[in-house]
Amino acid sequence: MSRIAIVAALLGLLAVAGPLAIWGGQPYLAFVLTRLMLLAVAGVGLNLVLGYCGLASFGHAAFIGVGAYVAAIAATEAFTGSVWADLAAATAAGAIAAAMVGAISLRTRGIAFILITLAFGQMAYYAAISLERYGGDDGMRIPAAALPADLTLYGLAFALLAVALFVSHQIVHSPYGTILQGAAANERRMTALGIPVGRYRLAAYAVSGALCGAAGALQAVHDGYVSPGLMAWPRSAELVAMVLVGGAATTSGPLLGALAFTALDEVLSGWTDHWRIAFGVLLVAAALIGRGGLAAFVAGRRE
Amino acid sequence: MNARARIGLIVLVVIAVAMGWNLGRQGKIEGIAIGFVSTFSGGSAAIGQDMKDAFELALDGMGRKMGGQVITVVYEDDAQDPAVGLQKTQRLVQQEHAKFVTGFIWSNVLLASAPAAVDNNVFLVSANAGPAELAGAQCKANFFSTSWQNDQTPMAMGDVLNRTGVKNLYVLAPNYAAGKNMITGLQRGFKGTVVATDLTQFPEQLDFSAELAKIRAANPEAVWVFFPGNYGTQFFTQYAAAGLLGKIPLYSTFSIDALNLQQIGPLVTGSRFTQSWAADLDNPANAKFVADFRAKFGRTPSFYAAQAYDSALLIRSAVEAVKGDVTNMDAVRAALRKAAFPSVRGGFKFGQNHLPIQNFYLNEVVKGTDGKFASKVVETVYRDNVDPYAGDCPMHW
Amino acid sequence: MTAALLAEQLLNGAQLGVLLFLIAAGLTLVFGVMDFVNVAHGSLYMLGAYFAVTLVGRTGSFPLGVALAVAATVVVAVTVERLLLRHLYRRSHLEQVLGTFGLVMIANEAVRIVWGPAGLTLAPPHALAGQVSLPFGIEYPAYRLILLVAGVAVAVLLAGFGRTRAGMRIRAAATDATTLQALGVNVGALATGVFALGAALAGLAGGLAAPIVSVKVGMGESILILTFVVIVVGGVGSVRGAFLAALAVGLIDTLGRAYLPDVLRHVTNDAAASALGPAISAVLIYVAMAALLAARPQGLFTRGQ
Repeated sequence: MSRIAIVAALLGLLAVAGPLAIWGGQPYLAFVLTRLMLLAVAGVGLNLVLGYCGLASFGHAAFIGVGAYVAAIAATEAFTGSVWADLAAATAAGAIAAAMVGAISLRTRGIAFILITLAFGQMAYYAAISLERYGGDDGMRIPAAALPADLTLYGLAFALLAVALFVSHQIVHSPYGTILQGAAANERRMTALGIPVGRYRLAAYAVSGALCGAAGALQAVHDGYVSPGLMAWPRSAELVAMVLVGGAATTSGPLLGALAFTALDEVLSGWTDHWRIAFGVLLVAAALIGRGGLAAFVAGRRE
Repeated sequence: MNARARIGLIVLVVIAVAMGWNLGRQGKIEGIAIGFVSTFSGGSAAIGQDMKDAFELALDGMGRKMGGQVITVVYEDDAQDPAVGLQKTQRLVQQEHAKFVTGFIWSNVLLASAPAAVDNNVFLVSANAGPAELAGAQCKANFFSTSWQNDQTPMAMGDVLNRTGVKNLYVLAPNYAAGKNMITGLQRGFKGTVVATDLTQFPEQLDFSAELAKIRAANPEAVWVFFPGNYGTQFFTQYAAAGLLGKIPLYSTFSIDALNLQQIGPLVTGSRFTQSWAADLDNPANAKFVADFRAKFGRTPSFYAAQAYDSALLIRSAVEAVKGDVTNMDAVRAALRKAAFPSVRGGFKFGQNHLPIQNFYLNEVVKGTDGKFASKVVETVYRDNVDPYAGDCPMHW
Repeated sequence: MTAALLAEQLLNGAQLGVLLFLIAAGLTLVFGVMDFVNVAHGSLYMLGAYFAVTLVGRTGSFPLGVALAVAATVVVAVTVERLLLRHLYRRSHLEQVLGTFGLVMIANEAVRIVWGPAGLTLAPPHALAGQVSLPFGIEYPAYRLILLVAGVAVAVLLAGFGRTRAGMRIRAAATDATTLQALGVNVGALATGVFALGAALAGLAGGLAAPIVSVKVGMGESILILTFVVIVVGGVGSVRGAFLAALAVGLIDTLGRAYLPDVLRHVTNDAAASALGPAISAVLIYVAMAALLAARPQGLFTRGQ
């Protein structure tokens, strides 16, 4: 129960903080919180694969980027003229991209899986750089007319986060989720039971990509700008670090990780140009103490 | 401590930190806030540092006041990433209530960040990046530049090559937007034949040996490159090691600057490049700037530094003109347009698109009597040059 | 597209491959023996290069400076291994990546504080600054030729080392560390030894690469990814595999850059070809690796588990 309570408390806080910030003349706080929530959505997506399936995917930034580019291009070319349709298209694109990458990558395990997902991420990155029509490496700006207001965006991001957490929670606590976690612990046993582990994992990978695609699309309309940098491999690495610090395979982990990373970024970078040293020390400490991340600390015990 | 107590504690701490952080930031604001976005981390941090040093020097020179108002400068690191640049600009505008935002090394960071300022009644003065978009059709009333448009400097180099009698040229640049802009600019000026264009991998290429072998095989009359910052260091080193130095003349744009000159000096002595500013430009403002900079930091300022210095002086000229009352945007804009300040370039005026109309000089790398390397102005290539996109800007004043 | 130019490009590719091998050899040993994913291995390469710039400048001798740089890199590496990294050996790969990723950040900032933010250069030793005439009329930089020879020499030495008692113990530890421990071998000390060897190779690579590349903060990360490609393609723990994979990666990268734009010009227009060429050559290695791993997940030179 306590983990649900953490998530509920944080969601409650976010529900109140954004509107208060916007009405109270603190638009930057709302800006940061919106980004935080979208980061958390991507984290929830990654956590499905990384945490519950035990598969270290180092290419998830690519799915964020695919969603962002689909939304940006759709909005610029005004294919549909509807933000909703664009967001749906971006979510679907994220799922399809993930399914394609997963279909090949899931043949491998361990370090090979890390590198093959990283390779696909790099391919997406260079593909975006080659999109001359859409700004190449300069990226592209989305016309301001196509962008919703701050509060609408905040609401959308909040709703997406709530849905992501709910979907992830439902999946994990379903028989399907039990199989995924069982396969992470002992793949051979699950296969011996006649369970098509590969297909189950592929489905999880696609859901994960869909969440990242949706987060990317909202990030694009939020920033009004997309660039290939969204897909660069350090972004994928940061996402993995965020989930691990927050607590892999926990419902609250990605949210706590996003909270911690955003807070550190905002506070530390204001103090010193050398803030990355402090950040590095924290990552080393997290790895050494580790085991369950912030979620375990907040809940006071391991799951 | 039980779980619930911990949650409560964490939530309280989060709220307290968030509030304290906000209030702390707001309490600091007095006088006029200026935001400065540049790269202070990673491989390009040297450029950001040079710009910051020059900006601080300019502020010290004016007693850190403009028009009677105390100036607070907030420096933000864009990590050479458009998304981060946008976030920091947003912070400067919404949180620090900056009236001016300046800095900006990279075109892509500027393109991402500019609307956050210029669409929210904040003036943005680019001290380096000069993408075609903001010079042409998408020019903005609140956007000014103390640098140049990307095409101009290589275009001047192209003209120089014509006059030098270079008929065929081998061209190299990294495969990214600025690289391609530079090649476009060069070809606006250069009338001879480009034997080959090699775009190298971006953001990183470990080794140029493949390209150097092709250059040797092609045996062109001259080579022109655009490899800014550390890329330049690496390229010039390998060019020399391949034995091409002295065999095929090497021209460049934005590849040799005060930051890498002492490192690569022996490899580029005699090499020529174009620039809208030079450390040895003969005017009182520049003499004072270069002397003060050398005295305070013990090195020669780069063109990045000169442009940042000019942006501080430009902002001051406008704030003084409105007597410190920066709430009237139209009055400030009118004052900025006059460019009534002693530029280290010996003065320039703004075109209709708010980009400088200025001279471009040909420079040559020489070894000084003190053993240090320096650049020397050889000639003025363009006088009062207007950038090629100015005509597309619908703004008139 | 003459034969001489092709020969020169092959030489360039081999030389890049050998440089990758020097870094990859240490990484694959550490990974194979300790089952430890060290993302900070690229930082050791960076440290080697920075130490070399300083120490060659101080001593005035290139070989002595590089040797001291290797020693300095080993000292730093062993200290970090003793204090921190050994606590990560028994953790999951992910926690190892997290911890060493943190070390990369620390190393980059520390280097920036000590050596400043501007990139540095190191002149090659005077005797090797010129070019050597090779058959087919190729004029090749002498320093690059020496680098090629040095890399191959290290590969041969490592192959010989594998047949010594210490080498056999290392290979035994890679197969079954627990049994080796039970047989009375101090696996902890062995691990430190292997880590020191890996650091020495990375430091050597940094020192030798310094006259070619620009020595700068973050130079370790760009090469690290390629290094990981090399060791996974070659098969984790296999030095021979790493050597062949490094050569393959070096050749694919160099030949891709040299010839892809020309090849593309036959298919599409000039501007598109010269823009697409580098983009495609940059992903060529990743495409090749993805295809290989999809077909043979365990890499080229190890048998499936």
